Amino acid sequence: MSHPSAVPPPLLNPFAFTVESSPLATRKALRRVLDALQPLALDPEVASTVELVLAEALNNIVEHAYPDPKTPGPIHLACHHAPDGLHFHLRDTGLPMPGGQPPLSMAQTVDSETEDLPEGGFGWFLIRDLAKDLTYRRVNRENHLGLRLAVALSSQACASASDRPD
Amino acid sequence: MEVSTKTEDRFCVVSVLHERIDAAAALEFKDAMRQTTANAPAVVILDLQKVDFIDSSGLGAIVATMKHLMPQRALVLAGLTPAVDKVFKLTRMDSVFSVFGTLDAALTAHRA
Repeated sequence: MSHPSAVPPPLLNPFAFTVESSPLATRKALRRVLDALQPLALDPEVASTVELVLAEALNNIVEHAYPDPKTPGPIHLACHHAPDGLHFHLRDTGLPMPGGQPPLSMAQTVDSETEDLPEGGFGWFLIRDLAKDLTYRRVNRENHLGLRLAVALSSQACASASDRPD
Repeated sequence: MEVSTKTEDRFCVVSVLHERIDAAAALEFKDAMRQTTANAPAVVILDLQKVDFIDSSGLGAIVATMKHLMPQRALVLAGLTPAVDKVFKLTRMDSVFSVFGTLDAALTAHRA
């Protein structure tokens, strides 16, 4: 009888691609990332976290780095898999982030009156809540955003391997 | 954005037939909701069981829809899939809406 969970999954090969900024660029990029992550057979819950964080980061580039749809630009996405999770790097040649850093997550005021409820500002809140090691640098007129998602950890694989009955 | 609407005496059910309420679909969603709820009764049940992804723009569009319906009408959410439920919980917006796990539970509660 085989114990598939006993074999630590190999690290995924790094991958990278470029999409042109557009209203549908985020969907295109997400589909490519999820396809590329297929070999990891992520739990749907985990995959949805990856999708959500990257959706917010990509939407931010589409909407704020390239705000004029008439002058779109490239969005480069790179991913490598390490024992501590999936590391993503997003690069674009659009406008810098205001103040040179990613916005702090807005304090959400959900207990306010209904008419004052926020309709935006959730994006960076979700990124900061779900991602680790968030970095932003403006280098040579390019935005570099780095983040890590602590999923597909090799320590999990080790733990399940040690659970293996002899 | 495709939605289907069924109206009963005291409430209507708007089912979203699209799988994603994301940044690319948020405006369309708001427009579709405004149109379909123009003459809606006091309670609008938003059936999200076919939606498997929302992002912060989609969440904002649902909040905007609720505000648009206020104060005469209430927006109730039903059938949240795990990924959608997670976004509501993380942002604590689940405390702002009435949320029913299934459409049947929402129907039962509002027919009572």
